[in-house]
Amino acid sequence: MRIPILRLGNVLLTSIQADIPDDLVQDLQSSLLGQLERTGAIGVVLDITSLDVIDSYMARVLSETAAMARLMGSEVVITGMNPMVAVTLIEMGRSLEQITTALTLEQGVEKLKARLNETGSSSAGDGAHDRS
Amino acid sequence: MTDRDQAPPASGIELRRSEDIVLARQTGRDWACRLGFRMVDQIRLATAISEIARNAVRYGGGGQCEITTTTTPLFCEISIVITDHGPGIPDVEQAMTPGFSTGNSLGMGLSGARRLVDRMTLVSRPGLTTVTLVMRRSVHP
Ligand SMILES: Nc1ncnc2c1ncn2[C@@H]1O[C@H](COP(=O)(O)OP(=O)(O)OP(=O)(O)O)[C@@H](O)[C@H]1O
Ligand SMILES: [Mg+2]
Repeated sequence: MRIPILRLGNVLLTSIQADIPDDLVQDLQSSLLGQLERTGAIGVVLDITSLDVIDSYMARVLSETAAMARLMGSEVVITGMNPMVAVTLIEMGRSLEQITTALTLEQGVEKLKARLNETGSSSAGDGAHDRS
Repeated sequence: MTDRDQAPPASGIELRRSEDIVLARQTGRDWACRLGFRMVDQIRLATAISEIARNAVRYGGGGQCEITTTTTPLFCEISIVITDHGPGIPDVEQAMTPGFSTGNSLGMGLSGARRLVDRMTLVSRPGLTTVTLVMRRSVHP
């Protein structure tokens, strides 16, 4: 099984549709970072509406992915986080460091674009160029 | 009058690989749902199971997960027992301290899981580590 990553202009879109095992979370991280690198996208919107468990492992990978994306000059926006999942994370003493959130997919994309305008990021444009 | 039933697919989940951790947390969640626990409690329980099951796989070389439910006219209770036959935890108190990890991780699993359930007990010696998670809710007729 592989999680598809879509490209919409200079933004990547993906979603976690079900509860997935650790190795798949790891795969998703590498393919997201790989695609950010290859496409020069300004960021990725990751929808987790259907994700009902974020444990310390998932929280760590999500934070790490966001931190690495930031080092590459892009951003991860997480959308659709179940409020009860967020409460559970806080109760455990965890937070999602580095992570920007938005309510819906549309708002996530808006957030990325707004950030691009703010920073005038060098990866602006059609996103088709290769940064390597 | 107590009706104590071993949930069929739930009793005895082998924990070997990461897929098994998913099965354990989702089965725990299903049972919590069937007992009428609120959504937030289902999520808390599934998250706690995930932490303990992962520790069993990661540090204990694999383990077992047993789920038992108890229903009385006054309350419903779900109890999860996760065991492994690995090296054990030399200092349980230290292991429960947030931030302590021998696995180069954040060391939040045990302390976090404990906060999510009503009761968590951890008994460990070389060859047998047993973690019990209990969640109980009163029945509203
Ligand atoms: N089943 C086990 N067998 C042996 N040692 C264990 C077991 N469970 C936990 N430990 C020990 O207790 C420590 C703390 O566990 P805890 O789950 O709190 O943190 P972690 O697994 O190191 O990191 P995290 O869960 O945050 O990714 C572990 O690093 C390990 O040394
Ligand atoms: Mg752990």
